[in-house]
Amino acid sequence: MTKPQIRPATGAQYSRIHGVGGYRPVRVIPNSEVLEWIDSSDEWIRTRSGIAERRWAGPEESVAEMSVQAAGKAIAQAGITPEQIGGVIVSTVSHLKQTPAIATEIAQRLGCGTAPAFDISAACAGFGYGLGLADGMVRGGNAEYVLVIGVERLSDLTDKSDRSTAFIFGDGAGAAIVGPSNTPGIGKLIWGSDGSQADVISQTQAWDTAFAKPDAINGQGEEQKWPALRMDGQPVFRWAVWEMAKVAQQALDAAGITADQLGAFIPHQANMRITDAMIKALKLPASVPVARDIAETGNTSAASIPLAMERMLESGEAHSGDLALIIGFGAGLVYAAAVVTLP
Amino acid sequence: MATQNEVQEGLAEIVNEIAGIPVEDVQLDKSFTDDLDVDSLSMVEVVVAAEERFDVKIPDDEVKNLKTVGDAVNYILTNAA
Repeated sequence: MTKPQIRPATGAQYSRIHGVGGYRPVRVIPNSEVLEWIDSSDEWIRTRSGIAERRWAGPEESVAEMSVQAAGKAIAQAGITPEQIGGVIVSTVSHLKQTPAIATEIAQRLGCGTAPAFDISAACAGFGYGLGLADGMVRGGNAEYVLVIGVERLSDLTDKSDRSTAFIFGDGAGAAIVGPSNTPGIGKLIWGSDGSQADVISQTQAWDTAFAKPDAINGQGEEQKWPALRMDGQPVFRWAVWEMAKVAQQALDAAGITADQLGAFIPHQANMRITDAMIKALKLPASVPVARDIAETGNTSAASIPLAMERMLESGEAHSGDLALIIGFGAGLVYAAAVVTLP
Repeated sequence: MATQNEVQEGLAEIVNEIAGIPVEDVQLDKSFTDDLDVDSLSMVEVVVAAEERFDVKIPDDEVKNLKTVGDAVNYILTNAA
């Protein structure tokens, strides 16, 4: 008897991003408002981070609501229907209800039928991680189109009394549709992690630890404190600039693209100083437009790359069909970089 | 092996390039943050440039101990390969 052989799934030869969309919360928080919480100055915040204002979500602008809004725009640009979506991947670290995955509600609200839907946690590299998974699903034959969403409500995890982070974080959602292509549209993903530096960016405490503390009203024990995000600026800066410049170069080399062929450089919007130093370390030609969305959006972790991509396309700084180098990096530490064709 | 003067001059050039401070202001007794207005992130840029120029490793934990130009010069002289 011959051994039965499994028929393999067959997918598209290549994939690309077909559409991108973003959602920015209505409420603008200028630096002047941040100065009501921390002892600092507008100039200090701008010179340390490049941030002039950020958006913070209101009660109605939930993780799911912002995602649905952003995804709707990406689906429209892609020119597909929600029923054609065969996978929904949501990257977030700030959806505070763990179960079920928020991706299922988003898929249902968009009308994606029974598409597989799941959340991933890769902080500021989350969009790149999602893109890599989507690329594999499309080329592997397990989905025709995949919706990748990066969404955060980091305001829920911001300690307004922490001078080093209170001004950094923002909220928002960015979405992209990945689907089949006749030409290569997503280069090899250069991704990885370094758990030895897990402590340099992290949540201050686990939820069970926070809840285990008696509150101050009882007058006993430690005060209960809502967990927040904290980071150790100097080690993060060193890693994000010099180690990530190497990763970005590897992504270019793997794609067979040189920096002067890029139509856009879209790094995670962590801090304008990181972006500026990375440009120097990468020796990026001055002719390549660079995403600087952070000035008006703050650091929105997984949402920052698709939000910045949408802005560059809408403003005309970058154009459909251009090659863009994207790189995400953050808590983990984790990173992901690739050259992509802009939708 | 670099002399103290050579390290100080090299460091002054680095600080000048990164923070725009005149080379002659970068003296041994000057504090990076208080006198030279080198903020914490620029300090990391100075450290990385110094590592490359003087073939020395300056770990993150050590950076906070380098308060003055003299501290940095001494660290480099003691630890350079």
